[in-house]
Amino acid sequence: MLSILTWAPFVSALIIMAFGRSRPLLVRWTALAGAAVSMAGALWVFVNYDTAAAGFQFFEQISLVPSLGISYQLAIDGMSLMMVLLTAIIILAGVFASWTVKTRDQEFYALLLILVTGVFGVFVSLDLFVFFLFYEIAVLPMYLLIGIWGSSGEVRPQGLFGWAFGRTGVGTKEYAAMKLTLYLLFGSAFILVGMLALYVAAGSTSFSLLALEAVQFDPALQSWVFIAFYIGFGILAGIFPLHTWSPDGHASAPTAVSMLHAGVLMKLGAYGVIRLGFGLLPEATHEWAWLVGGIACINIVYGALSAMSQKDLKYVVAYSSVSHMGIVMLGAATLTESGLNGAVFQMFAHGIMTGLFFALVGLVYEKAHSRDIFRMGGFAQMMPGIAVAFTIGGLSSLGLPATAGFVAEFLTFLGAWTSAHSWWLFPGVIGAFLTSLYVLRVVRAIFWGPKSTDPHFQNLPDAQGTEWVAMILLVGVLVLFGVLPGLAIEPIDSSTVPLLMRLGVL
Amino acid sequence: MGSPLDPFVLTVLLTPITIFLLLGLVAPLRRSGRLAAWVSIAGALTTFGAAVMVWRGVAQLGAPVRRVWTWLPEAQGALATVGFLADEQSTVMVLLVALVSLLVQVYSLGYLSDEPDPALGRYYVYQSLFAFSMLGLVLAPNLVQLFICWELVGLCSYLLIGFWYKKPSAARAAVKAFWTTKAGDVGLLIGIVLLWRHTGTFDFDEMRLLVEGGLVGLQGLSVITFCLYLGAAGKSAQFPLHVWLPDAMEGPTPVSALIHAATMVTAGVYLLTRMAFLFALTPDVLHLVAWVGAGTALMAAILACAQNDIKRVLAYSTVSQLGYMMTAIGAGFASAGFFHLLTHGIFKALLFLGAGAVIHAVGTNDITQMGGLAKRMPQTMIVFLVGTLSLAGLPLFGGFLSKEEVLAAVWAGGLTGPFVFLLTGTFLTAFYMFRVVFLTFFSQETAHAGGHGAGHGGHAPHDAPALMSVPLWVLAGAAMAIGIYFTLNHRETPFHAPGWLALVATGVALGGVLLAWLTFQRRAINAESLARATGPLRMAAAHGFWVDEGFIAVYRGVLMVLARVVGWVDRYIVDGVLNVVSAWTVSAGDGLRRVQTGKVQDYVVAVAVGVIAVVLWLRGAM
Repeated sequence: MLSILTWAPFVSALIIMAFGRSRPLLVRWTALAGAAVSMAGALWVFVNYDTAAAGFQFFEQISLVPSLGISYQLAIDGMSLMMVLLTAIIILAGVFASWTVKTRDQEFYALLLILVTGVFGVFVSLDLFVFFLFYEIAVLPMYLLIGIWGSSGEVRPQGLFGWAFGRTGVGTKEYAAMKLTLYLLFGSAFILVGMLALYVAAGSTSFSLLALEAVQFDPALQSWVFIAFYIGFGILAGIFPLHTWSPDGHASAPTAVSMLHAGVLMKLGAYGVIRLGFGLLPEATHEWAWLVGGIACINIVYGALSAMSQKDLKYVVAYSSVSHMGIVMLGAATLTESGLNGAVFQMFAHGIMTGLFFALVGLVYEKAHSRDIFRMGGFAQMMPGIAVAFTIGGLSSLGLPATAGFVAEFLTFLGAWTSAHSWWLFPGVIGAFLTSLYVLRVVRAIFWGPKSTDPHFQNLPDAQGTEWVAMILLVGVLVLFGVLPGLAIEPIDSSTVPLLMRLGVL
Repeated sequence: MGSPLDPFVLTVLLTPITIFLLLGLVAPLRRSGRLAAWVSIAGALTTFGAAVMVWRGVAQLGAPVRRVWTWLPEAQGALATVGFLADEQSTVMVLLVALVSLLVQVYSLGYLSDEPDPALGRYYVYQSLFAFSMLGLVLAPNLVQLFICWELVGLCSYLLIGFWYKKPSAARAAVKAFWTTKAGDVGLLIGIVLLWRHTGTFDFDEMRLLVEGGLVGLQGLSVITFCLYLGAAGKSAQFPLHVWLPDAMEGPTPVSALIHAATMVTAGVYLLTRMAFLFALTPDVLHLVAWVGAGTALMAAILACAQNDIKRVLAYSTVSQLGYMMTAIGAGFASAGFFHLLTHGIFKALLFLGAGAVIHAVGTNDITQMGGLAKRMPQTMIVFLVGTLSLAGLPLFGGFLSKEEVLAAVWAGGLTGPFVFLLTGTFLTAFYMFRVVFLTFFSQETAHAGGHGAGHGGHAPHDAPALMSVPLWVLAGAAMAIGIYFTLNHRETPFHAPGWLALVATGVALGGVLLAWLTFQRRAINAESLARATGPLRMAAAHGFWVDEGFIAVYRGVLMVLARVVGWVDRYIVDGVLNVVSAWTVSAGDGLRRVQTGKVQDYVVAVAVGVIAVVLWLRGAM
């Protein structure tokens, strides 16, 4: 089942490449079918996952290179289960949200689906070698997707380093695509070195996570490998000060790519830190928890303040991602049951939330051709559906109860206060308050309040057809998991408790 | 495990949420407007009926009814639960919420009759959500559920203040209310998290047992109760977090009656009453609560005297009365504060709805534009007078008893300073309320009141239609009934009220009435010279003591500046360094490209130089 849900998008991509030339409907329906198969698979796994049994389930194994100990080994636990579910939801919504892509739709959908296979692969594979392969599949198509289908923003080359901005072409989509790709490849180099170091230290017999988990690594080795993983995966999770690829990248990317990238790929970074960093290197985790948590605190407050100062809607959402990923890393660094549960829950909640945001920003942009917050106004009168969805997303991001955002933040705060560094609670709470400032300000400026008199912004249509599907799906999930958090916490708990035991905390 | 009362409590909670989902999700029903309204009212009636049953049932049972279900699971059972705790205190409050909510929903149908159908439907969606959240808050068995519902009522307040969102002032007031209360909620959330680690539980009952067993450490407890108080101060509009409440009057008047007078704003008082057993352990924080409460009561009473907008007078009056309740809690007698909460809920809702009837008829909020309405709206005048006499605290009316109890509690608590504040407040309360009554109903008719104004339809003002007047009479009856009942059956109090207190309080209130009568009815005292006599206080009051300006200065001068600095640093320093590095790389690439000239001579020269360099280096090394 894991293989089916992982490879279904890839198969759709192949079909699209083979038969999709100038058949736009076939392309879309094939993509939808691929996403739907993955979604069905993810739901099946979600329903059949046994929360009473800790550890990995749904094993699949094919030996690939026995001499090096490489095998195609898939399985999931509660944490990866939620990530698989998240990915399936986001790609399904993403396919709907990009229904209106016009230029080179065949290649667009194919690349998008290949990327998704990479993401699924990372979450389900237990073999580090295969994990890394999937990781690269997930990262590379991004360059083309942003470079070709992206949109250029405007950044004035000024300030202390103004000359360098002109030189690198800040603001263009090519710049954003290049920056993102270079950053992430830079990160992968660290990850690869870390993985190989562990592989060699463990006797060069197996790349399997389960085998490596059983090995007691030397503390000095653990220490630097942890840092390598933290930098490598942390770049993808947007840790300060390595986060600046994210606002540019997310702002330039087309809707579905922003959704996938902010919604899922950033989680991939946090997942990597928790799965490989925490899971394989328990001593180093204790050693470096102060750093992970401290930087997370900076992320939360710094990201929120940056978001407050933005005028471009996509940049606000992108910086809010930087801030919210801080909550994820903070929850993880607390090394407590509630904190870690909160972190994983936040990965899921933020994925849905930010996917919703980027989908809506895309819709607004498509209709109003503007992302300038303070030029728009009173859109609720023309697009009530989008306005309501955006408001709910915003309320979730500021941690309103009955949405998923609250559960995640609340658990993280409980964890923070009971951790070794209880002061972490305060940056977290302050970040949540700052979020309420910038989110409501944006929501009021664009949707509620008096109508803009700008002639460009008259008689704009509300969401239509497939766009409704994406919106309702994401809003529904956000509220469902906010009202019934047990649905997610039970499986998550079945994976975090063993992890904490390995860390010697429980 | 179950109790025969469970189905009734569940009806109280589940009816409004069902109506909310029904109206929220079934778009045609919502857009039908009046049908949606009647569905919602039917739900509110059901809720009220069940609330009565629960109230009587718990009173007969003599013991609380409690059920919880797991909400947030963890390895060992449940981290957090949801459910209900129906005891004497919560069931009385449920009764108040259900009653006012029902009456307001009926009244709104008349008040908002000019709204287009979809807007009316949306209004009732919010109303149902509010009813659910408020009832869930009151019945919460633990702090987690309380916080969830606490935030949800805040959301409803935000949505309903901004109901007329096309008005810029309404959209702004909604956001302001949300932000201000959210600032307090930061404290509440921190308090809950800290208390959880301190006691190991969120549950009220378990916490009470721990406190009674002396198992709660006093070390650091003051910080926790202070944080909890911050949340209560935000919700219950205590200085300096009171600024949102007057602006909240941008919402429709029935909303002000329900949320911003009778129910939601009292949530802070309710929280402190609920947790009185814990606050009793931290007398220093209680002291603070009392002083802030008394200060708020006096300050808001002064501000109420300086308002010409009838709703803003009532809003400041609410702030002031919340201060009275808080002072009583701070004196250590939460029951007195809670009693005042209940009577205030009734008569303040009555006053707001009465003011709504006036506004509806005259088409303005400005009391200086009204006058002589007693002749044209006799019914409204009578019910409004009942509310005013209650609020002013004259004998036989509900407010008199509860206010006297508050004063007695503060006196018994030995808080002379706050007592003087409150007594002065009593004088001012009578003064500003009778100022409204005289200016609105009794003084000479003005253009508006004469019927040439912008009243609805342009014809002369008249009493409200039955949909609006029936709720008014019910509330007026309730206010009278409470007053008479408790005058005849004296309430047991844990403190002793000195005999002179009732006399003094009445005398002071009558003094306020007299001054208002002389100034605004007889015109024996010139209002302008009276105002001038207060000197600088008047100017300060006109600016609301500059609290708003202070917040705006912090927001613009600190937060936004900080945000801009961070935004700039991120763009031009953090990202700038990165771009410098990449610009260097690109430049270096350009530079190095020139090295690849393609001429063999150049390469030969380079090789030769290299060989010589290596040889020299090797020799140097040896």
